[in-house]
Amino acid sequence: MKEDVKIPAAADGEAMARATGCAEGGCGCGGECTCEAAGSTATESTCGCGGACAGETAAPALWRNLDELQGSAAFQEAVENEFPRQAVPLGLGVDRRRFLQLMGGSLALGGAVACTKQPPESIVPYVKQPEEIVPGVPLAFATAAPMAGGYALGVLATSHMGRPTKIEGNPEHPASLGSTDVFAQASVLGLYDPDRSKTITNAGRIRTWEAFVDALTMELSTQESSGGAGLRILSGAVTSPSLAAQIAAVLARFPQARWYQWEPAGERSAVLGGRAAFGRDLSVRYDLAKAQVVLTLDCDLLGKGPGAVRYSRDFARGRRVWESAPEGTTAGTMNRLYAVECTPSPTSTLADHRVALKPAEIGAFAAALAAALGVPGAAAPAGWNHPEAARLLPVLAQDLLAHRGSSVVAAGDEAAPELHVLAHAINAHLGNHGSTVLLGEPIAARPANPLADLEALVGELNAGKVEALIVLDTNPVYDAPPELGVAKALLSQAARLRVHWGLYDDETARYCHWHVNATHYLETWGDARAYDGTVTLQQPLIEPLYGGRSAHEVLAVLENRSGTSAREVVQGLWQPRLGGEPQWRKAVHDGFVAGSAAPAAGAGVNAGAVAAAARTLGEAAASQQGLTLAFRPDPSAWDGRFANNAWLQELPRPFSKVVWDNPVYVSPRTARELNIDDGTADGMPGRRAAVLQVEVGGESIEAPAWVLPGQADGVLTLHLGYGRTRTGKVGKGVGVDVNKLRTRAGFWNRVGATARATGDRYELASTQGHFVMESRPIVRHATLAEYRQHPDFAREAVEAPAHDMTLYPDWPYNGHKWGMAINLSACTGCNACVAACVAENNISVVGKDQVFRGREMHWLRIDQYYAGDYEAPSAVLNQPVPCMHCENAPCEVVCPVAATTHSFEGLNEMTYNRCVGTRYCGNNCPYKVRRFNFYKFSDWTTESLKLQRNPNVSVRARGVMEKCTYCVQRISAARIASERDDRPIKDGEVKPACAQACPTEAIVFGDINDGGSRVAAWKKEPLSYGLLEDLNTRPRTTYMGRVANPNPALGEKA
Amino acid sequence: MAQIFHPSTNTISRVSIFGLIFFIAFAGWVAMAIDRSPAVTRERQVIEQPVPFSHDHHVGEEGFDCRYCHTSVEKSAFAGIPSTATCMGCHSVLFADSPMLEPVRASFRDGTSLRWTRVYDLPDFVYFNHSIHVAKGVGCTTCHGDIGRMPLTWKASSLKMEWCLSCHRDPAKYVRPREEVFNPNWDPASIDATRRAALIKEYKIESRTSCSTCHR
Repeated sequence: MKEDVKIPAAADGEAMARATGCAEGGCGCGGECTCEAAGSTATESTCGCGGACAGETAAPALWRNLDELQGSAAFQEAVENEFPRQAVPLGLGVDRRRFLQLMGGSLALGGAVACTKQPPESIVPYVKQPEEIVPGVPLAFATAAPMAGGYALGVLATSHMGRPTKIEGNPEHPASLGSTDVFAQASVLGLYDPDRSKTITNAGRIRTWEAFVDALTMELSTQESSGGAGLRILSGAVTSPSLAAQIAAVLARFPQARWYQWEPAGERSAVLGGRAAFGRDLSVRYDLAKAQVVLTLDCDLLGKGPGAVRYSRDFARGRRVWESAPEGTTAGTMNRLYAVECTPSPTSTLADHRVALKPAEIGAFAAALAAALGVPGAAAPAGWNHPEAARLLPVLAQDLLAHRGSSVVAAGDEAAPELHVLAHAINAHLGNHGSTVLLGEPIAARPANPLADLEALVGELNAGKVEALIVLDTNPVYDAPPELGVAKALLSQAARLRVHWGLYDDETARYCHWHVNATHYLETWGDARAYDGTVTLQQPLIEPLYGGRSAHEVLAVLENRSGTSAREVVQGLWQPRLGGEPQWRKAVHDGFVAGSAAPAAGAGVNAGAVAAAARTLGEAAASQQGLTLAFRPDPSAWDGRFANNAWLQELPRPFSKVVWDNPVYVSPRTARELNIDDGTADGMPGRRAAVLQVEVGGESIEAPAWVLPGQADGVLTLHLGYGRTRTGKVGKGVGVDVNKLRTRAGFWNRVGATARATGDRYELASTQGHFVMESRPIVRHATLAEYRQHPDFAREAVEAPAHDMTLYPDWPYNGHKWGMAINLSACTGCNACVAACVAENNISVVGKDQVFRGREMHWLRIDQYYAGDYEAPSAVLNQPVPCMHCENAPCEVVCPVAATTHSFEGLNEMTYNRCVGTRYCGNNCPYKVRRFNFYKFSDWTTESLKLQRNPNVSVRARGVMEKCTYCVQRISAARIASERDDRPIKDGEVKPACAQACPTEAIVFGDINDGGSRVAAWKKEPLSYGLLEDLNTRPRTTYMGRVANPNPALGEKA
Repeated sequence: MAQIFHPSTNTISRVSIFGLIFFIAFAGWVAMAIDRSPAVTRERQVIEQPVPFSHDHHVGEEGFDCRYCHTSVEKSAFAGIPSTATCMGCHSVLFADSPMLEPVRASFRDGTSLRWTRVYDLPDFVYFNHSIHVAKGVGCTTCHGDIGRMPLTWKASSLKMEWCLSCHRDPAKYVRPREEVFNPNWDPASIDATRRAALIKEYKIESRTSCSTCHR
């Protein structure tokens, strides 16, 4: 390890002193600062100008990792060696002579390769052409993408000649409004996953469906006599009305049978907290469009959960400060977000105030807040004090009291149930119930405590009471706390028929006699409820690829109506309820049943429960010791169900930007106490991270550590879903299984852990340090007050050269002039845009080793910058960076073969078939948005994956450069459609995949020449600025400077 | 010691060096000529098909409209190849016993598709759209040649990029009135340059030579 990359102590590190000096008193460089808006120190330190100093001594105001903050040698190396990935040695051990021979041979043969004759191709027409299919024109079908917890997201699936290729949000569905999350985007790859289970097996041998039905029916007939006393069903959480009706029918046939639910990452705390507070089960959802003040308590409100997509959209509306501005002014009003959490979440990147606390302290904070607000029954915990929290608390309480009926206090799924009780009590006290917090009848078919359910099942298994067990797509052998002993219980002698139904032959399938391969949601009929209870119908787009069976078909066997199809079950339920076939058809067409949201319900909050909750939380805060382990569902693998999805695995996780791994998140201060560094670079883009041994209650795991600014001290965050032993070849063995450390009591947060550095190093591929634009004013931000004073703060940071300062003749762009604007005030860094881009543009997966070398292929990256102190950053700023489509594109002039050129509409185009792979363009791109195919990254051989590809985008071969095209295939399709009909292209008709997926509407695309277009309006705003505009690149992608709305009572910037 | 090289070698070497330029140029010309020859482009070569379908008979003699079979030509990138059911619409009665049509009947009987071999086969990195060309007044015969008189189908143009560009650079040379697009016997000489220029204006035709027009 190099001397200068040690983590500095706040007091003694020279670099920290520099950084602090910068934050306090401007740049501190003594030289000239290009920021002309430097009227006040506040403006100076927030406008992002810090890095633009002429001198080179100042630490940047915004930074991405410790190396950059310190300006360490490793960072200098990364900046100077702009393309470390090119210097990666072949590793073949060839000498110079041999190398020249190989190069000569390759050169000679290179020309010969181009001489291949095109092979003959066939056209295979239909025998009888279906009426609605026009070959070459894709169709969209409304369906329901299942989400964790059994909820649905209404989506439109694009089908090219019968192949589902892309998932988009359903614009009419209340949970989506046209946007999606990463899981919905990546689900289409799940459909074509070649590792999916393809057959029904019994004890590992392939069997037919009929054989399975016979075996099950035989067992059921034995069960009939005892009323099903030995029959148990274990499923995930269920909201599906038709599935619930089937289970009810099964339970009616077998009154002694039991139905259990297990979710390793479900709404357990919310269910328990709701029951305690209201005395009954209720559903809770928020109307963030009405919320002026939002407080999240360990809650990733915008990042996960069934309502996150809708919440993101509603919340972001309150962040577009220029759109709410009254006529003649630049700034309107903004909502305000306070986040109290233990580990950084996408939600908190938008927070105006954020405090990092240990999970137990969050409980104490909530109790203190409830007491400060005067919630009946609440008492402030004694003996707990946290200076930062204490400073925030009175101001927050005042702000909430000032926004009665227009505020939201939200507790997270991973928070303690008692925290939910307090959140309910606070919302009730503030009069938010009925306005911003909507209580309704439960949405789940049977709201359950999954731990209690699973525990009961295990108890019955061990007692020999269970004779037949049906496991429906849930994997407790892998993801249940080991103390429950699920695997051992499953091997109980009495359980003579164990059936597993699932998409993968997973860990639990191994402990079952029968495994029935499930259908993907795009292959079958079904239904589920959305976050607000709206019934969302699921229709198949393709015949089951591997002849899978749906849960409806399996349950139909239990109902003694074997042979009933999923469609008969779903239609059989809904057609009579809706009143006939036309209504059923309309609902299937729309994708949901209109007006089926959960009916509103009200209930008072039990003051006794509030007092008890406050007491419990206060005691927990007082009695904590050791390190706290915080278990969280992974933003990519979730609870492990998406572990085999390579698109998700390759998405840089928010904050760490690590791919293909689940490192332990450690705060800088805790890291120092544990004597570990933030990883060494060794001249590679990846990092060699220190390995931690985490021990609690006699169990231990070894996992690499990721030092994460913003993480609460004394908390180690562990992500679920890794270390799978039985899944496909993609997910198997990736990361570390942390379920081992979970217990019933420490289900989400477990105290009393210890950790020590083992001294080993582990290679982590993280993109956080990739493609640095070296401390220039990249992200420009201000507070609302500053913005009101200096609406031009973003533009003033850097002066763009005059329009005519170029040797090239001006091009008028008379027709369309495509452009994009990205709202930095709304981006949460959720990755939905990146996943959508991958799906739309056939972007290949390169794997951990290549990302480690800095060769990721994502056309769109989300850069994450920190502001302020390394140990307590004041803000996290997300910046999506696609191709800028510069009007004066530096890449174009250096291409020796004119493979990258400019279109008449101003697109910077990449023509793969011309590219010879010199990489000069990538070298000359100041934004570093070009990606090179160092190998044949695309999978050209796996048949099922070929079906997924977008037929309108070339699949790239080795040796060519690629980059964001603004989804030119969509522009082309819209242009052709409009010209065919002889009409102009409407604003919003062309939406690149990223803009379409974005839950916060942060990305807007359109024709800048169309005066009425949204993008033109955004670009006219003073907030709009271009990245590195001083280079006279004239980027078409511009950003809306980030505006935060910190509480003036706290007297400082966010 | 006698000289190794005869004095005439000087001349030979000068001629050789000078000639080499011509030789290289000639070799280059030969390579280009080969590349453009029907041997490589497969222009004007009959391609074997499962059924010897004759456009000459169906279009030229019977007068079928192109769109009777190529149904999606106005709606989609792909013009469409008729389903077996379309063929059997007539051939369940006409030539119902012809051995030539056995593959068609077999397809209809078994429900297995006919497999035609592509005649116009663009590389996979080229995205051509029939519907917009038809809408902009580019006739079938402009690219497909005298299709109405082809007893067996062959490719009438090279499909080289320079061939595409000849029209994309100057569409006025090839435009025709929309109502004549599907006329297999239309004579390009029937309208003059003024009329062509008027059509270009009327149909809002622009010269599209950006790479992404075809490559993406």
